[in-house]
Amino acid sequence: MNREDFPFLEKGIIYFDNGATSIKPKCVIDKMNEYYYNYPSNAHRGDYSISVRSSAEFEKARETVKDFINAKSTKEIVFTSGATESISQAVYGYFKNKLKSGDEVLVTKSEHASVILPWFDLENKIGIKVKYIPLNDDYTFNIDNLISSITSNTKVVSIAEVTNVIGDIRDVKRITSICHEKGIKVLVDAAQSAGHINIDVQDSDVDFLSISAHKMLGPNGIGVLYGKEELLEELDSIKKGGGMTISFDSPKEIVYKELPYKLEAGTQNIAGAIGFMEAINFINKIGIDNIEEYTCELKRYLVDKLKKLNNIIIYNENVEGSTVAFNVKDVFAQDTAIYLDKHNICVRSGDHCDKKLKDELNITNTVRVSLYFYNTKEEIDKLVEVLNNDKILEESLGV
Amino acid sequence: MDSELKRELILENFNNPVNKGLLNDPSYIKEDKNNSSCIDHFTIELKLEDNIIKDIRFDGEACAIATSSLSIAISKLIGKSKEEALNIIENYNNMIEGKEFDKNILEELSIYEDVSKQPARVKCATLGIEGIKDLLKK
Repeated sequence: MNREDFPFLEKGIIYFDNGATSIKPKCVIDKMNEYYYNYPSNAHRGDYSISVRSSAEFEKARETVKDFINAKSTKEIVFTSGATESISQAVYGYFKNKLKSGDEVLVTKSEHASVILPWFDLENKIGIKVKYIPLNDDYTFNIDNLISSITSNTKVVSIAEVTNVIGDIRDVKRITSICHEKGIKVLVDAAQSAGHINIDVQDSDVDFLSISAHKMLGPNGIGVLYGKEELLEELDSIKKGGGMTISFDSPKEIVYKELPYKLEAGTQNIAGAIGFMEAINFINKIGIDNIEEYTCELKRYLVDKLKKLNNIIIYNENVEGSTVAFNVKDVFAQDTAIYLDKHNICVRSGDHCDKKLKDELNITNTVRVSLYFYNTKEEIDKLVEVLNNDKILEESLGV
Repeated sequence: MDSELKRELILENFNNPVNKGLLNDPSYIKEDKNNSSCIDHFTIELKLEDNIIKDIRFDGEACAIATSSLSIAISKLIGKSKEEALNIIENYNNMIEGKEFDKNILEELSIYEDVSKQPARVKCATLGIEGIKDLLKK
């Protein structure tokens, strides 16, 4: 779909690493260039017309994100450098001040490093306990296991909506409803789901949510932390600096601005926010439901074709997301990726920043194909044709 | 050496690398070596006695180029003096970086000459041997 809008695709490279980052449509690149060419000024700082324009575009971007995830107010949309910073802002800026030794945080072993590491750090620093919700046999999320993992000490559930290796879609609304009944806060990483499936934070009632623009057609270095207004009011930003205060005379006399500005210290990534807005507009034009339906169809097509090859082991064939994790029998994942690169096919190999999942999979590494709507069945045919070869390891060596 | 022989040698050393498995013997010095851009990981043990490399062992998981090159390097470096080994390693690294090197010194290790043309493989081909170099310089 919409392949003509992506200049990169003219290079003839098959790009299957959308879980790592997406490629960018021309309109996003143009929109950012337009900022740099025509009104490259700071936002909320100047009294001249181009600064007024950059401020207006920056705030329009915030409004666009608000509508995209159906937040109540732009006060709940905090720009960050990406999902990693968003999660850290929530964990260190909010939860570190609320939790105490012995409190439990539930995660799963298929979470990304950006989700797990801040909690590990809090376990080391303030004595909270990180516990794992057991996964199903096919490594997907199990709602009954969530319920049985909750104890009177459970204070937070911190998971991805869609995981980056297995790719299963978690029912955030149901998870949140179960947790809220017991007074448990829910922090959801939407880095892999935003731009792939519909997100509605009012409907799901999630407490905090993180997004990276670059995984959904936007530029690098920009993302969002969504938080319910009353929670963000209590969040003590991990970054302090210009733009967040009305006045400061002494340590005891600091007057912070209102939300969301009090959480956005320093010059913001204005071009990034504007590019992010354009990416959302582009996605909205295609329709998020169309994107979800088409990428699911592509995934089914890929799984069905891979299953016909006798040298492929698939780890997540029944998962509805747009990711396929597999290995070629007796070939190290990285060797497969390098072999595919020789055929101009980009895939990811390794543990995908998911260092705990190896406990579950009993293997350290997989090859990951992660699809997006600009991928095609013809590209999948090419991948399968190239994988239908019993000399993959030999041909990966390059000697 | 023709391509087929090179591949055979690489695959033989990948599937059956020499000296795999650690001894955890206190007379060995030890180093962990990770490739920052991928998952390749080795732990290497080295025993140096009277300036001669008596033994090198390793464990870990890595791709075919990383594992085979470490295996071949281990076979070649055991019995060499520290200086001889460092000279071989320097020539090897020069080869991988596409610089001038002495093929006669490298012998079998020169099968990785073409790695210099594959940027994605450079770190794989040097991971193990860099671990040995670190240990020799300790």
